[in-house]
Order: sequence, then C-alpha cells, then structure tokens
Amino acid sequence: MTTAVKVQLGLAAAMFAAAPWVINAAPYEATMGLVYKIYFFHMPSAWMFLLGAIVAGVASGRFLFGKRQASDATAVAAAELAVVFGLLALVTGPLWARKAWGVWWVWDARLTSSLLVFLIFVAYLLLRRFGGPGADKLSAGLALFGMANVPFIYVSVNYWRTLHPKTSVVPTLPVSMGIPLWFCVFAFLLLFLALLSLRATLERQRARVDALYLSLDEA
Amino acid sequence: MTAFLRVAALVVRKDLTVEVRSLEVVATTLFFAVTVVLIFAFGFVREGLAVEGVAAAILWITVAFSGTLALGRTFERERQADTLRALLLAPADRPAIYAGKLAGMLLLMALVEAVLVPLIGLLFQAPILAAPLRLAALLAAGTLGFAAIGTLFAAMLVRARSRDVLLPVLLYPMTVPVMIAGVRGTAALFQAEPDLDLAQFWTALLVFFDAVFVTLALWTFEPLMTD
Amino acid sequence: MSDFTQVAVVGLGRHYGRRRALHDLTFTAQAGDILGLLGPNGAGKSTLLAILGTLLAPSAGRVEYGGRASADAGSDLRGRIGMLGHDLFLYPELTARENLVFFGRLYGLTDAAAVASAALERAGLAARADDPVSSFSRGMRQRVALERALLHGPRLLLLDEPFTGLDQASSAALVVRLREVQARGVVTVLATHDLDVVDGVLSDVVFLQGGRRVVTGAAGALRDRYRAAMQDGPRS
Repeated sequence: MTTAVKVQLGLAAAMFAAAPWVINAAPYEATMGLVYKIYFFHMPSAWMFLLGAIVAGVASGRFLFGKRQASDATAVAAAELAVVFGLLALVTGPLWARKAWGVWWVWDARLTSSLLVFLIFVAYLLLRRFGGPGADKLSAGLALFGMANVPFIYVSVNYWRTLHPKTSVVPTLPVSMGIPLWFCVFAFLLLFLALLSLRATLERQRARVDALYLSLDEA
Repeated sequence: MTAFLRVAALVVRKDLTVEVRSLEVVATTLFFAVTVVLIFAFGFVREGLAVEGVAAAILWITVAFSGTLALGRTFERERQADTLRALLLAPADRPAIYAGKLAGMLLLMALVEAVLVPLIGLLFQAPILAAPLRLAALLAAGTLGFAAIGTLFAAMLVRARSRDVLLPVLLYPMTVPVMIAGVRGTAALFQAEPDLDLAQFWTALLVFFDAVFVTLALWTFEPLMTD
Repeated sequence: MSDFTQVAVVGLGRHYGRRRALHDLTFTAQAGDILGLLGPNGAGKSTLLAILGTLLAPSAGRVEYGGRASADAGSDLRGRIGMLGHDLFLYPELTARENLVFFGRLYGLTDAAAVASAALERAGLAARADDPVSSFSRGMRQRVALERALLHGPRLLLLDEPFTGLDQASSAALVVRLREVQARGVVTVLATHDLDVVDGVLSDVVFLQGGRRVVTGAAGALRDRYRAAMQDGPRS
C-alpha cells in the first residue's frame, strides 16, 4: 500500500466518522423529515457509480487499442467499484422513494437508468468470470460499449418516464445543506480513489504472480 | 471503400447461399418467433380481447428473442468448421467481414419481421397500416441497432466459454434503449390517433444510436477478434 | 514487397494466464523447406501455427517473415499465408467449387472461378465439384481444404494435422502435393502425429513437448528420433 493510498483511506475514514455530525448539522427538511438525510449518502454513491462506469470504459478503451495491460487492471477495479457503489445507490434510492413518493420502487428515470447501467457492469463481471481465456479483452469491449450507452439509456428512460428531483436541485440547495452534501461527495471520492488504486494494484500483483509462476518452471 | 463493399457483399452472398440451402436459421427462427407471440397471447388476451397497448411490446420483445436465437445459430455455424478463423485469416479488411455478417443478420431479421408484424396486427388488432412507412423506418432503425451490437457480441463470444448463456446476458442490458425507443415509438403509431411526432422522436433517437454503435463496432471488431 | 523467403521464430512464448502453451522457441524455415512440428497433444503445435498465421499474438518473442516482424503484420502479410486448420475451414453446405470461389474472391483473386476449377482438377474432384462438401468423405474434404489453403499461392503454408483420417492412398497423394508445393519454393510448416507418413518428407523437424523445443542427438528413422526426444524431455 502506497503512502498516497494510506492518506486517502485515513482521510476518508475520518470524514466518514465525522459525517453523521456534519449531516446532523444540516437543516431539518420539513416535508421529508429525517429520511431525506439518506440523500447525503445516496447522491455521492450514485456519482461514484457513474465515475466507476466512466473510468472502466476509458480504461477498457486504452486496453483494447493501446494494449496496455495496466489499463485492464484499472478497468476491472473500476467496474467492480461501479457495481458496489451502484448497489449502494440502488438500495438507498428506494429508501428515499418510500418516503418521498410513498412506494419502494418507482420507474423514475435516474433510478431506472442506474439499474440498467448497473446490470451492464454485472454482465461485465459475469463475462470475466465465466468467459474463459481471452475474456479480459471481450469484457473490455463490453465496458466500452456500456460507457457509450450511458447517455442513450438516460435519454430513453427519461422520455419513457420521469419523476426524479431535477439535477439543478444541487446548486440551489441552501448553503447549510450544500456543505454537508459536498463533504460527503468528497469523502466518497476519496474512498473511491483509494479502493480503485488498491484493487488495481491487487490485480497487477496477481498478473505478476502469474508471471512469476510461469518463470518458476523455466529453471 | 470499394474493396470494403466487395468483401462485405461476398460475405453476405455466402451467408445467403448457405441459408437458402439449409433454411435452418430461417425456419427455426420464424417458428420460434410465432411461438413467442402465442405465449404472449396466452398471457395478455382476456375474454377474447388483447389487453390494450401490448401489441408494440410483444412485437419488440419477440424481435429481441428471435434475433438472439438467430445470432447464436449464425455464429455457431461459423464456429463448427472454424470458418470464422478462415475469414479472419483472409487479407480482407476485417471490419468488412463484420459489415457482411451484420448485413446478413439484418436480411434475416427483416424476413422474420415481415411475418411478425402482420401476425401481431392480426392477433392483437394492432393498426399496422395506420402509418406503414413510419413503422417500417422505426423497425429498420431499431433492428439495425440491435443487430449491430448483437453481431459484434456474438462474433467475439465465438471463442468464449458458456457463449450461449452469455450472449443474452450481455446483449439485453446493452440494447434496452432500442427496446424502449422501439416499444414507445410503435405504441405511438398504434394509438387510435397515431402520434407521428412522438414516433419520429424515437426513430431519430434510434438513428443516432445506430450511428454511434455501428461506428464503435466497426472500430472495435479488429482488436476484439485477434487474441 | 511483402514477399519473403524465410520465416524465423525468435524466442517465441505464449501463455494463457498461468498455463504456458509455448516457451522460448527458436527456429528458422527457408523457402522450399517442409518443417515438421512433432509432439504429443497439448505440446503447443496448434498455438504455434495460430501465431505463425497471425491469428494469435505471442506473449514473448517474435516471428519474422523475411525482414518484417509479425507485430506490424497487415492484411498484405495475411495474403501471403495459407492455412489448413484442423477443422478444415470449409462451409459444409456449399459445394466444393463455391467454397473455393468464395475464398478465392475473399483473397482478391480476379479469376477466382478459373483458379477454383484448376484447383478442383488438381484435387481430382472435378467430377464432384458441384456437390456440397458435407457429402464428401474425410479424404476428399481434406483435398479441397488443402487446395483452399493454396488457392492464392501463399509463401507460407501452415498445416495442422493434415494426415488425420486419411487412408494410405490419400496420404500418398497429399505427400505428392506437398512435394509440388515444396518445388515452388513455399515455406511449409506442418504439425502432425503420423510419423511414418512424413518420414523422408520433412526437411527439418522441431520436436515439441509441453510447449518447449526438444533437441535430440539421436539418428535413424523419424520414429526412433521422436521416441528419443520424448524420453529425453526438454533441456533445462
């Protein structure tokens, strides 16, 4: 573990520890009550999910065309994180929905698009796991297509059905709400970056172990 | 460019000759498509009448299911005598081979749809002749998007394990925009008062989708097919 | 311009994850050579042929076609290679002629029909030219497949187990055909099990075991040298 990762992890841990107090300091929202505070974890998770999808797509493109093995490690790490944070967003989303709209699941545009992109990255992991030799390359193609698909999924689902609070909510939030929100986004971002580099390092080390294993029987 | 088209045309002609001689994929896919429609009919017809608005959904779901079946069979055929490798060994432009396989796939799916659309019109009282050209355009754009991704994925899965399961697993989440646009656009055309503007919006989205994914597929075919 | 008279394999290696298919392989084949790749199943023969055919990228080392490395292999290099795979590369629903004409056109031959007719004549299949390949015996398919690989006059001919399933007459005919190809100055690389058939045909031999080359000092019949090589195993 490099120093940078240690610092990131430590800072993220401290911020997550402090987060309850920061979130508690945010003003009480009249219609939603306490439940709206899920938003402080929901939105950063959703953003990290999207970030993971984008990083996985870009890294996969670099692996596919640049033949850089290191990019493949980044792509796997990012894809796994996309699935983890996607799951977080998809669990916290319905919790919010239950309070805000009275039902557990709504076919709201952003929730549905997230589910679909989440499924693409689950498919990515399935392909890597069950595709056999050469699956790393095939899954890179899948991630690239998945990333290119995000805007199409969003637009099509959005016109299909929409209910979600508009994106413009964030900048217009009162400062007292905005500060805790950005605090959480930053904490999630640190966690994301630390996990990304840890997981990518692990993947690279696995490749090195494979190489060592191969060189072992050369003697 | 002419060399590209020549190779693509060669591959299409070869696929057509093979198919005309065996009729395997056409016959099984058509039969499968009709069966799927009937299964949906048992789910959605109550007291002799179809639930309102299901025709569009049934049409597109059947297209997706039978398309997946056809893709799997078409590439299984190229796998059996390892002829896909023989195609890749040729000095021809590899994207041209992809384009040829895609065109063959489109012809096959067009044939299936030519049977499917009247059948659905008949069984579910869908007004398929209300705006026939717009319906054809929507189907063409949607089928191209589905087949563009499907052909690439089926080709790359030829050398993967558990390819039969993986094809739908990878293909369906990726083609959800095609399904949404297809179903919504068709539903707009099947209304009592067809909403032409809405159908046009969905067709335009599909055309945009096609442009992006056909380009991306042509571009990634070569690196995906060499190991 | 893309022609070559020598194929050199330099320190070639290939692995799939932790499984090593080829290890540090070096050899050269000249125009007019028939190089035999001999070894048990899983020795890496097919992997080596796939790399020589530019279908597979090596994990280590390189292949040089004349002065050019496989890394910058383009479609013009593929046009100089002819390959007969274990699975024959023929469409069973198409007739022998259709198969040959299709691949001839794919290789950019302008007179594909005439070339295909000549090839069928050579294969002794002119009478069956318009029957689907699925109705052919293994030996007949093999002959069509070989002509398919030779259709465009390749410089490098790669054959994967060409004698499998052939009776004696067909094997003898294949050997005669290989000699003709040899006389034209083609580099032939051939993977096989049938030691007795190829004894005396091969101009050079590479013994493979577990992805490594085995060098043996044994002399005599090919079968004896093969046995000696497999017993010695790869040098450490």
